[in-house]
Amino acid sequence: MAQIAGKVYRVVGPVVEMEEVHSLRILDMVEVGEHHLIGEVVRLKGDHAYVQVYEDTTSVKAGDLVYTEGFPLFAELGPGLIGTIYDGIQRPLQVIQEKEGVFIKRGVHVTALDRQKRWHFVPLAKDGDMLAAGAVIGEVQEAQLIKHKILVPPDAQGKVVWSAREADYTLEEIICKLEHNGQVRELSMFQRWPVRKPRPYKERLPIAEPLITGQRVIDTLFPIGKGGCVAVPGGFGTGKTVIQHQVAKWSDADIVIYVGCGERGNEMTDVLLNFPRLIDPRTQRPLSERTIFIANTSNMPVAAREASIYTGITMAEYYRDMGYNVALMADSTSRWAEALRELSGRLEEMPLEEGFPAYLPSRLAEFYERAGKVTTLQSVTGSISIIAAVSPQGGDFSEPVTSHTKRFIRCFWALDRDLANARHYPSISWIDSYSEYLDDIKDWWHTHIDKQWLELRFAIMELLQKEQRLLQVVKLVGPDVLPPSQRLVLEVCSIFKNAFLQQTSYDKIDTYSSARKQFLMLKAIMYFYRRSDELVRKGISVQEVKETTAHAELMRMKLTYTENDINKLEQLTGTIEESLNTLDF
Amino acid sequence: MKGHSLREYVGLDEVVGPIFVIRNIHNVGYNEQVEIVDADGKSRLGITLEVGRGMAVVQVLGGTSGLSLNNSRVRFREEPLKIGVSEEVLGRVFDGLGNPLDGMPKPLNEHVLDVNGLAINPTARDYPRNIIETGISSIDVMNTLVRGQKLPIFSGSGLPHDMIATQIARQARVKSEDFCVVFAAMGVKYDTARFFIKSFEESGVLDRVAIFLSLADSPSIARILTPRFALTCAEYLAFQKNMHVLVIMTDMSNYCEALRELSTIRGEIPARKGYPGYLYSDLASLYERAGMIKGVNGSITQLPILTMPNDDITHPIPDLTGYITEGQIVLERELHSRGIYPPVAGLPSLSRLMKDNIGKGLTRDDHPSLSSQLFSFYAHVKDIRALASIIGEEELAPLDHQYLKFGDEFEKRFLTQGYFERRTLEEGLDLGWDVLSLLPRDELVRIRKEDIDNHYKARTP
Repeated sequence: MAQIAGKVYRVVGPVVEMEEVHSLRILDMVEVGEHHLIGEVVRLKGDHAYVQVYEDTTSVKAGDLVYTEGFPLFAELGPGLIGTIYDGIQRPLQVIQEKEGVFIKRGVHVTALDRQKRWHFVPLAKDGDMLAAGAVIGEVQEAQLIKHKILVPPDAQGKVVWSAREADYTLEEIICKLEHNGQVRELSMFQRWPVRKPRPYKERLPIAEPLITGQRVIDTLFPIGKGGCVAVPGGFGTGKTVIQHQVAKWSDADIVIYVGCGERGNEMTDVLLNFPRLIDPRTQRPLSERTIFIANTSNMPVAAREASIYTGITMAEYYRDMGYNVALMADSTSRWAEALRELSGRLEEMPLEEGFPAYLPSRLAEFYERAGKVTTLQSVTGSISIIAAVSPQGGDFSEPVTSHTKRFIRCFWALDRDLANARHYPSISWIDSYSEYLDDIKDWWHTHIDKQWLELRFAIMELLQKEQRLLQVVKLVGPDVLPPSQRLVLEVCSIFKNAFLQQTSYDKIDTYSSARKQFLMLKAIMYFYRRSDELVRKGISVQEVKETTAHAELMRMKLTYTENDINKLEQLTGTIEESLNTLDF
Repeated sequence: MKGHSLREYVGLDEVVGPIFVIRNIHNVGYNEQVEIVDADGKSRLGITLEVGRGMAVVQVLGGTSGLSLNNSRVRFREEPLKIGVSEEVLGRVFDGLGNPLDGMPKPLNEHVLDVNGLAINPTARDYPRNIIETGISSIDVMNTLVRGQKLPIFSGSGLPHDMIATQIARQARVKSEDFCVVFAAMGVKYDTARFFIKSFEESGVLDRVAIFLSLADSPSIARILTPRFALTCAEYLAFQKNMHVLVIMTDMSNYCEALRELSTIRGEIPARKGYPGYLYSDLASLYERAGMIKGVNGSITQLPILTMPNDDITHPIPDLTGYITEGQIVLERELHSRGIYPPVAGLPSLSRLMKDNIGKGLTRDDHPSLSSQLFSFYAHVKDIRALASIIGEEELAPLDHQYLKFGDEFEKRFLTQGYFERRTLEEGLDLGWDVLSLLPRDELVRIRKEDIDNHYKARTP
């Protein structure tokens, strides 16, 4: 039951100063005024407290009462998260629409998880079992492919003195009783966890597997490992959101959490309409059956935007603790940082570069450190990968959010304005991007795909670097002065860019390439280069090489071979060889 | 207004610019309406920017000139700023705060709505689906405008952005009964406003336009509210009266400057170039009011115009706008000075909603790949021009000459069209192919073979 915590003293935008405060703690959740607007205590000073309010504060007056239940801002974790769309403080938007209509009104109080719905619970722990924190009590089939493990909350443990039999239960019904030191704790199928506190795990593990995204420039050139962090900076119109969507759609994570943080309403609608229709290539189930959405669009309150990132990562940790590989998309972390800046300004804190508060880097670090591959409390392996979009002001990567983010991530997909202008998508620059995960994941590629992978990947990168230097020359004197072998480098890079790096998200075949297909395509191009190089050195002109069917085959291969035609793609190198041999006499 | 009598206070404690502080008051809510009556009995409107125990900070919309500390009377209305709306707003001219300027009485109110609006629940939005044929090829073929989209024009001073906006308004009307325009002018000169009104008149749409004018000589603070009044009207027409509303807002740079002015007076911590840290959120609260709602026929399409200070696209105003809107139409000074109208820059212009709304079954099968190919060729033309300026045109390879020829025709035939010329999408696409056919067939790597077979007719320049 909510207690009176104090009174409103002052209101400035989303920040409310309270007076006559006695028992509030930092980060306690409060409800302000007659509409019970939800807020969070961010500063205490004497008997005054500062609250950031997650809803519009219009009409809040000095003297309005403020209530609290004495909890910090928490997320509700249990069956029913999958497929749901939440706002930044985990209110289900569909339920709000049913209750309030098409516009979001203030002071709506709804629970994150449906209390009426019954879930089929299968107990796995028996009476008398000793359960540690994080151990499995039972499971619920949450979606066709998601077995939702009901875990002992991190702050509980003990001997099972009673457990429910297999049947349908609502979330609030007791399904297990644990006794510890003479105290009995009753557990239901859901738990609450404060969003700003990382959930515990047993130990961190090194990253060893790539997160296959089906996007060639990513998987082949700049891969991210399961449990890794990547930043995707780019000015507006460079395709950040499309990359986020593509990774959310096609990556081989078990669970995807899509946080739309301060972005466009129409983009969220696009995701919401498309995901139930799109089929996951690995599981043949709709993508919405593995996805949780958080939508706090740019016109929704700024404080809730700040919270949305934490709500998202807390859910990610919860599924990680069940042993899943989770991918969290955050679009965009700059909006989150700007929300921090706005709130910091309202609190009259000392600003640093571009008005951002001094604690920006430490907040970024805390967030990115919640990613990783771990052994969970129940001793299974789970991971969280973070794919974070950054929207640098003016497209300038030296601004504070981008430059600080770079310190805490190991993979960087820099989006290039010139590529986007030429409609080369994804516009990930092969010059400015990097991935430090190559060494961690190369063994996976070598075991599962081919031993040549790393070598070919470095070979093509070397060509691209060489092309970069040659283009400097071409810019000054034109391409005709280059010797044929160098012109061939330009030609092959042009093939690689057009036929490999460019990938259309709205073509059925091209939108996803399996690791195998990517490797075979790369191998074909590199084979073409090496063989043509021999020919060119023998005096065959680059133009003749360009006119072979081999060249045409390469240019077409991404659209010609579907995932079912992989076997045919294996023969491509042979076809290229035959075609080029006709020039060799 | 609530039914009971309003409390009235006499005397202010501090006046700074458009803001005053009043103490010894109580029960005043944040972001609510205030009426201020000066010594001469003249009334003006304000809103509370900050409230505290026994005090409030009020921003005066009509300006504070003539206000005295002792003789001003202040009434707190206990509700946020509202506007009365009905279909009668069409064909009328209002000032920036919704008062009639055309000498006619206030229109009847069917509803009284909060000008701040409410966020559309993302689950209730409908994804924009129908393209708007503007009759301008550089938009229809290259940067298709979609109903429910917000597509700003990034311009510079002296560029013909007003002409493009009026040309779109004139040519985009499909069926007159459900189409209307809401026009908001913020801090523009009288001449500009006059130009818009005259061109609405000439194209016979004036009775379908609601006009909100906050001209350059009216207090800058009122500019902050003008688009809110206009958009509240638009929301009513679109979502309650099922109309397709085109909202033209000009000039967003003036709006942002008014916001900066106010923020500075309030002593807020500035972010970039003195603009407040909440500029992004504030702009979003306007732009995000575009869109469509499931189950409702109407739509709001926004065409904000902003002049980039110093033609700098990285300036905070165009930069933050670009992050919120669904693309942008960028005007290029160089094209303009070469006499090309409309001077829509080929490369930085973009429509994000285009990809889902063109192509097979929607426009024409070849549309997506044709536009992509034109973009990539035009980008290449720019490279070749740069090279030619160093090594001289004579040194270029024959293929490069063909590209240059393509570039010229693209600009002079495809981009260029008359202010009154309405080119259908079909004509625009065919013209695109015609220009494309200057280049050898093998160069068309982004287009499928069938489309090339159907449309490509090689010609030698």
